[in-house]
Amino acid sequence: MSSRDAILAAVRARQPAARALPEVPLFDAEYAGDLVPRFAMALEKMGGRWLDADASVPLATQIRLLYPSAQRFCSAVAGMDGFASPGADAAALANVDVGIVQAAFGVAETGSLFLSEHEYGNNALGYLAQHLLVLLHPTQLVGNLHQAYQRPEWRSARYAALVTGPSATADIEGVLIRGAQGVRSLTVLALANP
Amino acid sequence: MSRRVDHVKAARTFIQDEPHIKFHDQRLWGLRQLRDGQAHGIAEWEQLRELASQIKEHTLSHLGDYLEQFERNATANGVIVHWAADAAEHNRIVHEILSAQAVTLLVKSKSMLTEECEMRPYLEARGIAVVETDLGERIQQLDHEMPSHIVVPAVHKLRGDVAQVFAENIGTDPTNDDPAYLAEGMRQDTRPYFLKAGAGMTGCNFAVAETGSVVVCTNEGNADLSANVPPLHIASIGIEKLIPRQSDLGVFIRMLSRSALGSPITQYTSHFRAPKAGGAMHFILVDNGRSARLAMDDFWYSLKCIRCGACMNTCPVYRRSGGLSYGGVYAGPIGAIINPTFDLKKYSALPFASTLNGSCSNVCPVKINIHEQIYKWRQIVAEQGELGFIKKESMKLAGKVLADPKRYRAFSEGSNRAIDTLPRALLYNPFNAWGKQRELPTPAAQTFHQWYAAQRKEQADE
Repeated sequence: MSSRDAILAAVRARQPAARALPEVPLFDAEYAGDLVPRFAMALEKMGGRWLDADASVPLATQIRLLYPSAQRFCSAVAGMDGFASPGADAAALANVDVGIVQAAFGVAETGSLFLSEHEYGNNALGYLAQHLLVLLHPTQLVGNLHQAYQRPEWRSARYAALVTGPSATADIEGVLIRGAQGVRSLTVLALANP
Repeated sequence: MSRRVDHVKAARTFIQDEPHIKFHDQRLWGLRQLRDGQAHGIAEWEQLRELASQIKEHTLSHLGDYLEQFERNATANGVIVHWAADAAEHNRIVHEILSAQAVTLLVKSKSMLTEECEMRPYLEARGIAVVETDLGERIQQLDHEMPSHIVVPAVHKLRGDVAQVFAENIGTDPTNDDPAYLAEGMRQDTRPYFLKAGAGMTGCNFAVAETGSVVVCTNEGNADLSANVPPLHIASIGIEKLIPRQSDLGVFIRMLSRSALGSPITQYTSHFRAPKAGGAMHFILVDNGRSARLAMDDFWYSLKCIRCGACMNTCPVYRRSGGLSYGGVYAGPIGAIINPTFDLKKYSALPFASTLNGSCSNVCPVKINIHEQIYKWRQIVAEQGELGFIKKESMKLAGKVLADPKRYRAFSEGSNRAIDTLPRALLYNPFNAWGKQRELPTPAAQTFHQWYAAQRKEQADE
């Protein structure tokens, strides 16, 4: 018998008497109003930064101003003047200073951003870059994680992450350090309403 | 293999080191307090715990079907699914996958399952370098120690210890123990490994049957680097990690990091459903004793565990003895009930590393009755004759004394006199483990019985 069949047979012979699967409510009553302040606060608690874009200035210009010492920008968002796009080679992104992506949606409860291979172009962009700038339409916010898991974007994503602030560690004496193995900072630039 | 772990003896060195034990205790209690803050901030917290418990119990009672559904969906997504009956088979499968692609360097994120399987030495003996990329886990790897905590693996170390380990291994300045400097040193050292590695490996926090995907929760970004930069991703999955539906993730993700670290979510909650374009993804479903545990009437509930570590952070014995003293992959209260299922003889002391205060059960996000299981393990250990000689003989004596009022009175009067009059060397003898870190209380002038008798006499005389 293969290990597969042996494991399944053992599990079936030993699993306890059937228990019912509960329905999970959305617990969304408290997320009825404007979600933007709540998202921004949650994001900042997790070490991210919230900024409102200025509709009168080109986005690329605003982004360059946010990172005055950055040399290499790489944008997975189309139509950004003068920024390279990520290619298929992950390791080639190791020298990127600022990665630019646009999140499909955000989660107000936690300040999380939905990013999949469709938003990253190359997934490594979100982790090898030194800093990550995330564009977000403030209309694309859900209240809590239960609602987030109802979104359709999950279905077409091979890889999808809820990204909440920059990478962090507190493994040495509990001292919080932003910028562990992934990006050192994460900034959300909220797009003006179209 | 099954040399008995002596928890008390193993904890001795750690306990004698005042700065380490003090920090350890405070840091973990701090995590417990942060957890409370988060839990109290969610009105439906207790409802979420109940839901999580029910979902896990439902899944475990239908585990065969969910495993097949998971395999079917993952396979349809282009993932290659393997099954491993035990640690040896798991390691062999990993080695086969890696050698088929001529991989000589594997970067990995933290996985208690691969610790359980002792995979690193297995691969290293076969010419494959394995680099842990979680900071705490890397510290432990370089120091040749097991993780002492399932969420914060190097929590028993102080900055000076890390400075020394890193100076010896990755060339940082031995006199600089600033945590930011040390973390940066690790980042600089690890980056090239991500870029060079032929494969990346992660564990799995949740495996969703409905979608065939695995979910990994981390803070450092190392799991996402391990899985996304090299062309090949292997995920090791304990068969108890299954949950039925994507919507169930809402319940578990809301509670995992809140329970573990007191943060609303980990920085990265990553969902791996299918291999990236041009890449390959392998899932290994591992039993390694889990199906046997499923058959244990009292103990199958421990399979609900989502490895948050909240029971460890709240446990007074764990906080004051350190994870390494448990001598197994899993420490703390959860270790006290999981390790004996692997090897009762070896881990027979662990169910006694508890005050049975029940705090572990109260903070558990999936409502495992941990302290009740600890008590049940004690009964089994006693039945199987695995109690140590001193514990056994003193319990026999205590049983006799407590069962007989006359003997009890004679003993309690006698022991009060004894504390007063016996020399310290006799009271704090090597058989009195209790007295090692404690002072005996000042004895009362009278026992309760003597006082009661005197009162009755006084009243009668009035």
